Amino acid sequence: MFFRMLKKSFLQGKKNKLLAIVTIAFGATLASAVLSVSLDIGDKVNKELKSYGANLIVKPEMEALPLDMPGIKIDPLADQRYISEDELPNIKMIFWRNNILGFVPSLSTSVFIEEQEVKLTGTWFNKKMVIPTGETLRTGAKSIKTWWDVNGNWPADNNEPEALVQQKLAQRLNIANGDKFAVTLTTEQGRKTSQLKVVGIVSTGSNEGGIFVPLNWLQEQLGKDNQVQQVEVSALTTPENALARKAAMDLDSLSSDEFETWYCTAYVDSIAYQIEEAIPGVEAKQLRQVAQSEGKVLSKIQLLMALLTVVALISSILGISNLMTASVLERSKEIGLYKALGANNLPVIYLFMAEALVIGLIGGLVGYGIGFGFAQIIGKSVFSSTIAFKPLVIPIVLLLSTGVGILGTISAMGTIVKLQPAEVLHGR
Amino acid sequence: MSDIVTLQDVYKIYGKVHALHNINISIASGEWVAVMGPSGSGKTTMMNIIGCMDTPTKGSVQVDGTETHKLNGAALTKLRREKIGLVFQQFHLVPHLTAVENVMLAQYYHSMPDEKEALQALERVGLAQRAEHLPKQLSGGEQQRVCIARALINYPSIILADEPTGNLDKVNERIVIDIFNQLHKEGHTIIMVTHDPKVGQLAQRQIELDHGQLVYSGVV
Ligand SMILES: Nc1ncnc2c1ncn2[C@@H]1O[C@H](COP(=O)(O)OP(=O)(O)OP(=O)(O)O)[C@@H](O)[C@H]1O
Ligand SMILES: [Mg+2]
Repeated sequence: MFFRMLKKSFLQGKKNKLLAIVTIAFGATLASAVLSVSLDIGDKVNKELKSYGANLIVKPEMEALPLDMPGIKIDPLADQRYISEDELPNIKMIFWRNNILGFVPSLSTSVFIEEQEVKLTGTWFNKKMVIPTGETLRTGAKSIKTWWDVNGNWPADNNEPEALVQQKLAQRLNIANGDKFAVTLTTEQGRKTSQLKVVGIVSTGSNEGGIFVPLNWLQEQLGKDNQVQQVEVSALTTPENALARKAAMDLDSLSSDEFETWYCTAYVDSIAYQIEEAIPGVEAKQLRQVAQSEGKVLSKIQLLMALLTVVALISSILGISNLMTASVLERSKEIGLYKALGANNLPVIYLFMAEALVIGLIGGLVGYGIGFGFAQIIGKSVFSSTIAFKPLVIPIVLLLSTGVGILGTISAMGTIVKLQPAEVLHGR
Repeated sequence: MSDIVTLQDVYKIYGKVHALHNINISIASGEWVAVMGPSGSGKTTMMNIIGCMDTPTKGSVQVDGTETHKLNGAALTKLRREKIGLVFQQFHLVPHLTAVENVMLAQYYHSMPDEKEALQALERVGLAQRAEHLPKQLSGGEQQRVCIARALINYPSIILADEPTGNLDKVNERIVIDIFNQLHKEGHTIIMVTHDPKVGQLAQRQIELDHGQLVYSGVV
């Protein structure tokens, strides 16, 4: 009987119900947008902190020229210093080798395509590498640059002329997967033209227009066998603490005990230090600051959105309160009748609560749908990425929206309790 | 015969208005009483007190052996549920429930809804065919019969009807009065407010109120 009554009374006063649903959907929309964005972007930033954010960049050591101005280093030969590719497996031999998730070496040069200057980078995509311990490791852009979005295939890591072209450039040159195009390279022997085949179009997030090719192929073309310009290393690191900061200020100031502790902790700096030990003549630097400040901005945006959501939810509650009180007053004859027939306050309150619950559920679902759409807009415009579907958001939003419905009914409860059947039934 | 309703020195005072002023009456079980009097004389006020929807300002009230003037809201509700069947001038059917559901509503708040029994109650008032209709699809007379079926469904000790024919035409008035006649013959106690002397004459006894005071009690 209760559900029969609920069903029929729910279909009553559609306009008010619709208004209530919209009110709840409004709060639920913001809540679901914020939750979707927070959960997903949070994950993405975490991933980036792990793979990219905590990255180290390894470059040939700079040599300051003696005629330098004090404090400014100029190394005109920077582009002509290389790290030997053979040395790379040593990165996986350091004390914290298990924290090294992978790395991507690269070698870049400028090439011309139809008179346009374009950056061509040779790199590893998903290279199988044998470490001196005998283990093998697959690493390269595919596992490190998780945010790369490739449409098509990844090139193979051999000396085939396969290319991954950045989206903007592909548009500008009007080339698509499967197309072949000519690039003019400058080598020590002079200019030469080679054919490349597009196997994939990549969106890397930044709007540079460049081309990625297998490292081996480019080394061969340039006659720079075994040479790379830099290596990006992805390492799991321990957050910095006082010791890490002290070491960063001046490594020599550490006592030998402190040094021991520092060396045996996976600080980004101690890993960098160990890489410098493993490969002579290189400099390893942390690349974390960028991602960290991104994280800070993100958490500020999240805080702002969370506040907005709280405000929206509160105003939803107030809106529902008004609508519920109005609906109770409108239906006072009906409520009076229930009481005259012997209903206590609770069963009548339950009926209205149940209605609020249903309104909350519907409003929550609608709000979730719209909110997920909003999340995409926020994702695209603020973080320039789509927001993944997170199942967890649905129950949270439904919980919030039914909570809003129920809380909104509380103020109407007083009206129900105070209602005297004798007064309403005789039309006074 | 034993008295089912007794009012002793009952007052109901709203500010300066004495809606009821020193009322003393007893109604026997199985009796049919018509309550008459001009508008504002206190008829509805008295019915509310007998019907456990209100308590007197002063005085004592007994309904089927219970002293209601001492009861709190919840106990009054319980007594109303158990003992009283209410028929209203404006019928007061729930607009979005069908005829049979309106009857079942009384069962639901009393104990357990039983659709078969509710249909039987509608059959008694000649509305078996209209069970699935909504109130707005029924005529005034039919609505009032649903209201009577609802009042009877829980076997109340007392049926209280406040101007049950006030909103009906002659034909429907006849039908409804016949039902009350039938109920009276079956031994129900009926207290009915009416403005119509002809309807009042059908009752065993007439009571007349004026300015909250009992001015007449007896057979016309
Ligand atoms: N809740 C109330 N507050 C104030 N005054 C009231 C209240 N209820 C009734 N009264 C007053 O008590 C008096 C009796 O009212 P009551 O409704 O009992 O009259 P009635 O005989 O039923 O009249 P009618 O024939 O018009 O229905 C009236 O003067 C009315 O204004
Ligand atoms: Mg009245």
